[in-house]
Amino acid sequence: MVAPAEIPPLVQVRDLHVSFRTGDRIIRAVNGVDFDLVPRETLCILGESGSGKSVLLRSLMRLNPPRRTTVSGSLQVCGLDVEHASDNELSDLRGGAVSMIFQEPLTAFDPVFTIGRQISETIVRHDRVSWSEASRRALDLLELVQIPSAKQRLSMYPGELSGGLRQRAMIAMALSCRPQLLLADEPTTALDATVQIQVLVLLRRLQQELGMAMIFVTHDIGVATEIADRVAVMYAGRFVEEGPIGAFVAAPMHPYATGLLAATVNAAARDIRLKAIPGAPPDPSRLPPGCAFEPRCEFAIDACKTGVPELRNLASGRSIRCIRVGAAP
Amino acid sequence: MLLYLIRRVLYALPIALAVSFVCFLLVHIAPGDPISSIVPPDAPPEVVEQVRVEYGLDKPIIVQFGIWLLHILGGDFGKSLMTGRSVAQELSSAVGNTVILGLTAAIPAFTIACVLGALAAWWRDGWIDRIVGSVSIAAVSTPHYWLGIVLVITFSVFMQWLPAMGAPPGAASEWRFEWDHIRFLVLPAITLAIIPIGIVTRSVRGIVGDILNQDFIVTLGAKGLHNRTIVLHVIKNAAPTTLTVLGLQFGHLIGGSIMVETVFAWPGTGFLLNNAIFQRDIPLLQGTVLILSIFFVTLNLAVDLLQTLLDPRIRRHPGQ
Repeated sequence: MVAPAEIPPLVQVRDLHVSFRTGDRIIRAVNGVDFDLVPRETLCILGESGSGKSVLLRSLMRLNPPRRTTVSGSLQVCGLDVEHASDNELSDLRGGAVSMIFQEPLTAFDPVFTIGRQISETIVRHDRVSWSEASRRALDLLELVQIPSAKQRLSMYPGELSGGLRQRAMIAMALSCRPQLLLADEPTTALDATVQIQVLVLLRRLQQELGMAMIFVTHDIGVATEIADRVAVMYAGRFVEEGPIGAFVAAPMHPYATGLLAATVNAAARDIRLKAIPGAPPDPSRLPPGCAFEPRCEFAIDACKTGVPELRNLASGRSIRCIRVGAAP
Repeated sequence: MLLYLIRRVLYALPIALAVSFVCFLLVHIAPGDPISSIVPPDAPPEVVEQVRVEYGLDKPIIVQFGIWLLHILGGDFGKSLMTGRSVAQELSSAVGNTVILGLTAAIPAFTIACVLGALAAWWRDGWIDRIVGSVSIAAVSTPHYWLGIVLVITFSVFMQWLPAMGAPPGAASEWRFEWDHIRFLVLPAITLAIIPIGIVTRSVRGIVGDILNQDFIVTLGAKGLHNRTIVLHVIKNAAPTTLTVLGLQFGHLIGGSIMVETVFAWPGTGFLLNNAIFQRDIPLLQGTVLILSIFFVTLNLAVDLLQTLLDPRIRRHPGQ
């Protein structure tokens, strides 16, 4: 469901760099990311642990620890320049036009406040309604995310719900002020496989019903195909390939993306030994000067070691960061 | 919940019983036969035996304990050898004085310490944190008796602002919130407060710091909540653990008052205990130790129960 090009983008990210200072090391988590997101679109950011995908997502709301984080580049989210916004503008945006759901709902909820109270306080904060009105809306939200016996759950503490219900409650909380953009940080990773698919189906339905855009971070290609319009593969803090999900799954182009798909379990791959990518991702405090994937890449040539490849736009609406793709093998 | 409350109180009873048994044994642990302090050393053996029977000291120790316990429960702690007044009488005024001194020290100390600790945690590694850190280490490392003497030299001897020692006339029984009374409390209360301020500050910094590192703090920020609302969340999360620390520290503070009351001649239980030890006044010693121990048992019980009330995770499923 790609919207027409004349709609102004909801999110516009240009040459984003994010790094952290820890002791005397500098961790370069995001190293030049560009993308646009239009309303009602779902972008899936695919990458393994440490690829910088969660940091990228959090920087869209300026949620990275402020004292240790250095950000450069431009970040427009729902019309707000996130990096230069005042604290007040930012907190109006957070939970209002943009909200986030987290990987582990058990630790993401405050353990000593009830679910109802935690949903209501977001509504009271942004919509300035009474607590009783907020509580009524919290009940509607729990019903919207299909939590059974919602009324009783309102007065329960997070520890008293199952993992799946907790994540539904987290989604309800994120939706409480009708956001235009929902950021999801591996929301199904901590759940059982059967609950995972229920939550995904729910998220997709709500996204369509409420007309939200969504950025969905995951390391699971299965999850990405379930929910995404577009997919971006992230490696060492950069997008290495981006494009419509269908085309990507049918024919990945970047050697890393090809490797990822080859290492994924699917029905066709029964009885075949999965092919792992040799080596490990580079240390984000000591990135190689050239292509970050070059040390692990079976197609690497000497030119790969000099200079980070540009992200090239291809005619098919896809883009790729590899000098070898399209060149003679 | 009520059932849990009753169970916790019942658990405390055997502890109280064991504590009182130890207090009772003090007489037997103390060097010398208790008889020797009653009869002259050259008394004939028949007289010694007669006194022994008279005081019930010929009976098995457990029976003696039973008799003693019945007396205690009836409010009869025996007579002080020093003053000849009943131990219960001595204790009632001393307990009042200790409570006044303890609360005067604890309430401001705990308030200051909680605020400092929370500020240090909120601005962790900032300049507030560094200053608070050094001040609290200095506070923890200051010996009571030394600080007491320094304060006396400074404010009583040189400045002559405050009395060096003693208590207002009538002390606890006629306590009034007037400067004439309060001025006696200032130096001992400060002396007593210093160590708990250091310990509580450091504990609260740790407790609040741990909470601020938890994932849900990011969620609260991601919901766009104002800092004042986030502080509310932090307080509710920190309250049960902090309360436990405060309870324990209040116990320590009362324990510390033995030294401080002695330095300032404040007529509380600590002062009484110290005198009882040096005068070998066994009944008074027994009574004071017993009252102090029961106080600690009750304090711990109260802290446990209050913690249960404050923490919904325990409140819903007590005893799990």
